[in-house]
Amino acid sequence: MNDMANSPTTAVSNPPVQPTEAYFNAGDIVRISATRNVPQPDRQLEKLAKLIDVSKCIGCKACQSACVEWNDTHPEIEENVGVYENPHDLTPNMFTLMRFAEWENPATNDLEWLIRKDGCMHCEDPGCLKACPAPGAIVQYSNGIVDFVKDNCIGCGYCVTGCPFDIPRISQVDHKSYKCTLCSDRVAVGQGPACAKACPTQAIVFGTKADMQAHAETRIEDLKSRGYENAGLYDPAGVGGTHVMYVLHHADKPGIYNELPENPRISPIVEGWKGVTKTAGLAVIGLAAVGATLHGLFSRGNEVEEHDTEAAKTLVVEGRDPDEDPHKGGPA
Amino acid sequence: MTNPWTDIKNTDLVIVMGGNAAEAHPCGFKWVTEAKAHRGAKLVVVDPRYTRTASVADYYAPIRPGSDIAFLMGAIRWCMENDKVQWDYVRDYTNASFLVREDFGWQDGLFSGYDEEKRDFDKESWDYQIGDDGFALTDPTLENPRCVWQMLKKHVDVYTPEFVENITGTPRDKFLDICGMIGECSAVDKTMTSMYALGWTQHSKGAQNIRGMAMLQLILGNIGVRGGGMNALRGHSNIQGLTDIGLMSNLIPGYLNIPTESEVDWQTYLSTRSFTPLRPGQTSYWQNYPTFMVSFLKAMWGDAATEENDWAFDYLPKLDVPAYDILRMFELMNNDRVNLYFCQGFNPLLSIPNREKVTTGLSKLKMLVVMDPLSTETSHFWQNHGAHNDVDTASIQTEVLELPTTCFAEDEGALVNSGRWLQWHWPGATPPGEAKHDTWIMAQIWTRVRELYRTEGGAFPDPIVNLSWDYADPGEPHPSELAREMNGRALSDVTDPATGAVIVQAGQQVSGFGQLRGDGSTMAGCWIYAGSWTEEGNMMARRDNSDPDDVGMYLNWAFAWPANRRVLYNRASADLQGQPWDATRPLVQWDGERWGGYDVPDIAPTANPSEVGPFIMNQEGVSRLFTRGMMRDGPFPTHMEPFESPMANVFNPRMRGNPVARIFESDVARLGGSDEFPFVATSYRLTEHFHYWTKHNPVNAALQPEFFVEISEELAAERGITKGGRVRVWGARGQVWAKAVVTKRIKPMTCDGKTVHVVGIPLHWGFMGAAKKGWGPNSLTPFVGDANTDTPEFKAFLVNIEPAAEEPVA
Repeated sequence: MNDMANSPTTAVSNPPVQPTEAYFNAGDIVRISATRNVPQPDRQLEKLAKLIDVSKCIGCKACQSACVEWNDTHPEIEENVGVYENPHDLTPNMFTLMRFAEWENPATNDLEWLIRKDGCMHCEDPGCLKACPAPGAIVQYSNGIVDFVKDNCIGCGYCVTGCPFDIPRISQVDHKSYKCTLCSDRVAVGQGPACAKACPTQAIVFGTKADMQAHAETRIEDLKSRGYENAGLYDPAGVGGTHVMYVLHHADKPGIYNELPENPRISPIVEGWKGVTKTAGLAVIGLAAVGATLHGLFSRGNEVEEHDTEAAKTLVVEGRDPDEDPHKGGPA
Repeated sequence: MTNPWTDIKNTDLVIVMGGNAAEAHPCGFKWVTEAKAHRGAKLVVVDPRYTRTASVADYYAPIRPGSDIAFLMGAIRWCMENDKVQWDYVRDYTNASFLVREDFGWQDGLFSGYDEEKRDFDKESWDYQIGDDGFALTDPTLENPRCVWQMLKKHVDVYTPEFVENITGTPRDKFLDICGMIGECSAVDKTMTSMYALGWTQHSKGAQNIRGMAMLQLILGNIGVRGGGMNALRGHSNIQGLTDIGLMSNLIPGYLNIPTESEVDWQTYLSTRSFTPLRPGQTSYWQNYPTFMVSFLKAMWGDAATEENDWAFDYLPKLDVPAYDILRMFELMNNDRVNLYFCQGFNPLLSIPNREKVTTGLSKLKMLVVMDPLSTETSHFWQNHGAHNDVDTASIQTEVLELPTTCFAEDEGALVNSGRWLQWHWPGATPPGEAKHDTWIMAQIWTRVRELYRTEGGAFPDPIVNLSWDYADPGEPHPSELAREMNGRALSDVTDPATGAVIVQAGQQVSGFGQLRGDGSTMAGCWIYAGSWTEEGNMMARRDNSDPDDVGMYLNWAFAWPANRRVLYNRASADLQGQPWDATRPLVQWDGERWGGYDVPDIAPTANPSEVGPFIMNQEGVSRLFTRGMMRDGPFPTHMEPFESPMANVFNPRMRGNPVARIFESDVARLGGSDEFPFVATSYRLTEHFHYWTKHNPVNAALQPEFFVEISEELAAERGITKGGRVRVWGARGQVWAKAVVTKRIKPMTCDGKTVHVVGIPLHWGFMGAAKKGWGPNSLTPFVGDANTDTPEFKAFLVNIEPAAEEPVA
């Protein structure tokens, strides 16, 4: 009864209280938006993942609260519009959101209240990064974390187009794009993401992707024993797998969980246009400029000029430079 | 809770009824997920709404608000009929075999002895047959028609599945499925835990709801065992501490009682508290009542409490009514009987039923003092906030003082959790602005009042001027001083009565309540806390989370009252030979000479298991399926309708609500009927908020920003209400405006051939703080409470609802 072998501990255990050296840094970046020939790191970090067990989630929104606290965002106090989702959608100040779906199971005639924590899936093959025309605005580390580097963001919104999950949100205040960072700053010093730390039922757990997959197996087995014969893991292959995964009671019908895509893929427009490394007026920033901190790695003015947006649009819509190999330099 | 939170992981079946653990107690609910993950436990939810707890349940069934007793009596009937009874437990550990007096009976929904005029029962017949030897008569075969078991069988006979469905609206097949799951837990190797909260207490028969489940748990043999128990999930982090310390008008710390005015002297007071055993050889631990009372009086008045003056018994106030509960206090305010009201950590303008009456009551005070970390609605009751607080400020003469206090994170002390753990904590932040500890404020007022009595005298200054107040800084007693005082210490050497050896030297802290004496040689402010701060230091500050064999007891983590015991009645986890019912889940056991095990045994260490019954606090030595005269509304639970209900009581159509619940004359006139108010309303908390506090926090306010009510799609269609549209909800006492959440999670029910619609009204909004302005359900709820506790009936009342065009104007 106390078999905790598969129970991940990263987010549950108490974090170190002494300052800790970051165990990954800019040297572990494997992809950079609008940048070709990214030198590959000497080492390959172990792949990480956050596992969200929808069947254990009680919809308490502690994850939303922890996310706001940790990232020091200030979501608006909106109105009630007849639903439990508050804020009503992801916003530049709300990187994660509980989405509630009332679903009547046709097989049992029973109501099920499906509560899914929405947010960045940290795709192995990130559409946002591919779509991004701003050099260094989106990076991916070898552990799978996809991070936005605010200072390099030009606010064009093409990450939104590129995302098969409709996650990034552009701030009307600073014209930057925002989304979940997988708490890269916490993870780098050995702590789990704030949401996982706050989750009272451990519906959100965090660790290596292999551990999370193994843990998910035990959960799926439990759900099957309770009559959910289609219980399964959501780790969609269309985006190369994700570093945020779901355990679903009805894995055969992801759409019932507030339109979780059945087979997410990067938009053909973005795929067609492939690498956006010809940056048409946006200077390529060499890795020499990489600093030691994870955010603000690339120093660059953050004003969005008209011509930046135009240039980005041209790139995305016209899909120039069809010869570039998008996977060049990417992880094996 | 009889069991600690951590023990819930040991269960096989969690039944959440009368509560919403996942939403209101999300952190504790993790133990349910542990039980599910590691024991394969099942979770059953019975609730008028499909809640967030239901969203992770294995089984859900709806129930009409206020009909729980019918469901529970039906479940007992089903277990009896289907032989789902732990017979050894029932025979040996309950009063099933005790014979009940011949003149006890029940008919037309009423037990014997009802006096309609007094709205009270003469409880004399609600008792056992007593033999010449002074002991109760029993029939261990359980066949005598007057034995409790047969009486119970007869009592529940009417609660057939058809009857249950008709009253509760719970579909028969769902009720029977749940009975089947419950029934499995009568096996010795299966246990069920009951998790409940205000969904059961906030009814005019709340205590009887809980009794109903407690009886079911006894029949299944689930009290005192791992993974079992009656687990009251306390709302506020320290509300368990509040009850322990007796912060009610009729209580003294440690569940002792304030005397009534008929108890004119110490001897009279003790005469009804002798608690002699009702069966041979039983412990009847309350026989020690005088010891604990004397130790309390010594803690209060020190040297001024002597044997000659009956330990200063006369210093205690004497009640002229059963209690000055909150409803009575606001009734008195409305009757111009209260001048000054100290409101400490309490927001009655949103917490007491019939807000209109609360406002008029507060308006009649000369002075209102509000001690709170937040600027509350109560402290601004006089301020006009348009429709949200439509008062005529100029007409209110009450002087209001706000004294800002620190909050829990800014002070030191123990919080007592639902599992009775006293967990010491330290300040995490510096108080803002002029905020002061409550202890500082009270000590400052107290020392000044005492000075006035000293210098000016008064009718009876003795209890004031003689009060013990030996703190290092009389202006601010330190939490450690108060904690040591509650634990108790020897005032002169305490000896072992058998050997004469000194066991506690004068001045030393006692290590347990067994060392307290009734001869004035010890003092203890709260006897059940004895052992929390001993000569070895602060036991509440212990943080050793070792748990041998993962039983979930954590004996070296903090301190649990009583005596660091984690599971109450744990002796009942073992059979008559003292061996565990379930060998895979041992808790305590008898080794032939002594009791031992994973928990502190709830029995004398050398008490022979075949002779001494496990329920040592009771005079019977066993638990009670029949409670004699201990509850005002009956020795068995019987179905009663809420005071406002769409249905008449099927047993007795003349009977409204609980026939002995106190209701004031003026409030009877303010009860509504289903002709005008056809829908059943119920109030509840949401997980995003804590009471009326967190609306002051922008984060919580963003997560659930605005007052809403929840209704079914069917009711919305019937009334032309749209999702997210504004509605007006009104009842016999007031009206509110809210947004409509139209949901599949509430469905109309059918009771007695009638369609019953439920309107859900969450309670987190007011006119102060960061969230949008709104109302609480107390604008609508009736001014009546439980017959035993006066806890207001917040969970079942009547309203009407209609679409509202726009935001109202005052």
